[in-house]
Amino acid sequence: MGNKTPLYDEHVAAGGKLVDFAGWDMPVNYGSQVNEHHTVRNDAGMFDVSHMTVVDLTGARVRDFLRYLLANDVSRLKDSGKALYSCMLNESGGVIDDLIVYYLDDEHFRMVVNAGTRDKDLAWLEQQAPAFSVTVTERPQLAMVAVQGPNARARVLEVLDADARAIAEPLKPFFGAFAGDWFIARTGYTGEDGFEVVLPPAAAVTFWQQLQAAGVAPTGLGARDTLRLEAGMNLYGSDMDESITPLEAALTWTIAWEPQERDFIGRSALEKQRSEGARNKLVGLLLEGKGVLRNHQKVVVENDGEGEITSGSFSPTLQRAIAFARVPKETGGSCQVEIRGKLLPARVVKPPFVRNGEAQIEL
Amino acid sequence: MSNIPVDLKYAKTHEWVRMNDDGSVTVGISDSAQDQLGDMVFIEVPEAGQSVAAAEACAVVESVKAASDVYAPIAGEIVEVNAGLADSPETVNTDVYGEGWIFRMTPTDKAELDGLMDAETYESFLASEDH
Repeated sequence: MGNKTPLYDEHVAAGGKLVDFAGWDMPVNYGSQVNEHHTVRNDAGMFDVSHMTVVDLTGARVRDFLRYLLANDVSRLKDSGKALYSCMLNESGGVIDDLIVYYLDDEHFRMVVNAGTRDKDLAWLEQQAPAFSVTVTERPQLAMVAVQGPNARARVLEVLDADARAIAEPLKPFFGAFAGDWFIARTGYTGEDGFEVVLPPAAAVTFWQQLQAAGVAPTGLGARDTLRLEAGMNLYGSDMDESITPLEAALTWTIAWEPQERDFIGRSALEKQRSEGARNKLVGLLLEGKGVLRNHQKVVVENDGEGEITSGSFSPTLQRAIAFARVPKETGGSCQVEIRGKLLPARVVKPPFVRNGEAQIEL
Repeated sequence: MSNIPVDLKYAKTHEWVRMNDDGSVTVGISDSAQDQLGDMVFIEVPEAGQSVAAAEACAVVESVKAASDVYAPIAGEIVEVNAGLADSPETVNTDVYGEGWIFRMTPTDKAELDGLMDAETYESFLASEDH
């Protein structure tokens, strides 16, 4: 038996198929992963992501701390509530975790990190924080619900009380704000509009039930994975880890090289790799014919060597197999993927595959 | 509770087998198997004319979640495959004992069919696998 989120009973009641995920009993689907995927693309679905780790960072020098800790630069965050996606690197430039950090005020930032990396993330934060007199406070008691899809915002606003609605309604994409002890953010991991709401456990149960009554479909972690893959978003542990730098994981856009005088953990290793050139890159793949791309399948690039699929699946929206693959940097527009001993042609494409319900690549 | 028709036989690898009047047998995967795998997105069928050994992997069913081999429940020759699955793999979810059949074969030795489970035995087998 694993850890249970405050919404565990709701998952059981909704017919959720529970599986172990990073030590948590989480719903992988509630019957049909594909139907849940389509519901998020076309209407609204909700995910229990209470297993994710919320950490509050406080102190007079918290901004300096984060400018040293993260590869992206929190000095880009000027308005309260603004969110930033960043990698947290080790000294050799490898990714310890990817995360979202919210700027709340000059002495308070909130970070959301992955469940599977909780222990090592907290250990790393505790190791780095004292030099900046920053206090690291995990919020393990808080639940988190992501509501995503073209109708997600409207459904959430419908069930919020007037005070919370007044705060949530004007939120621009990638902003969050406190509404009492709730934290409501217009962020997500699906390529659709919506909210992620961090809230106390009892309130989470009521919120979930109200959303369900408003027609929002409970959606499992299975659909969350196909949605994020279509949206071109990396998954920690599959697409990058401590042996992979952001330059090799299509995350160069998340590195703030300027200002040059900002020192951050991993900077010198990244600069060295940038000047020498990374040997591999992460690309999108579209399988030309029928079949399914899967993690760890071998990719063969004519004249340039081999690579590997890091995240592969069937795309319910495109009705084709898609993937991310780490391949030699010389790789051009096509390659072959080995599936059960056969080499099948695939096209190299630039993710995202799908955004806001629309295909972003030619089929 | 999964559906286990009494007129079929079952293999430990979760295939169902229907005995046809012409001596051939039709093979698919059980309701329990399709339920475990979830939404089917691709089915790789064998080739008609192919000879297969008992317990030989000869087809693949792929759901969004995973790929799973389908084994020949007995030795024999594949005489027909369900070509419709190429365009409608989800038929294996929606009509697992009907239009969701995967291949038809002629047994090398009919006596091998006696080694398969009946519905009652398969039900106990599923229950034991759960533990």
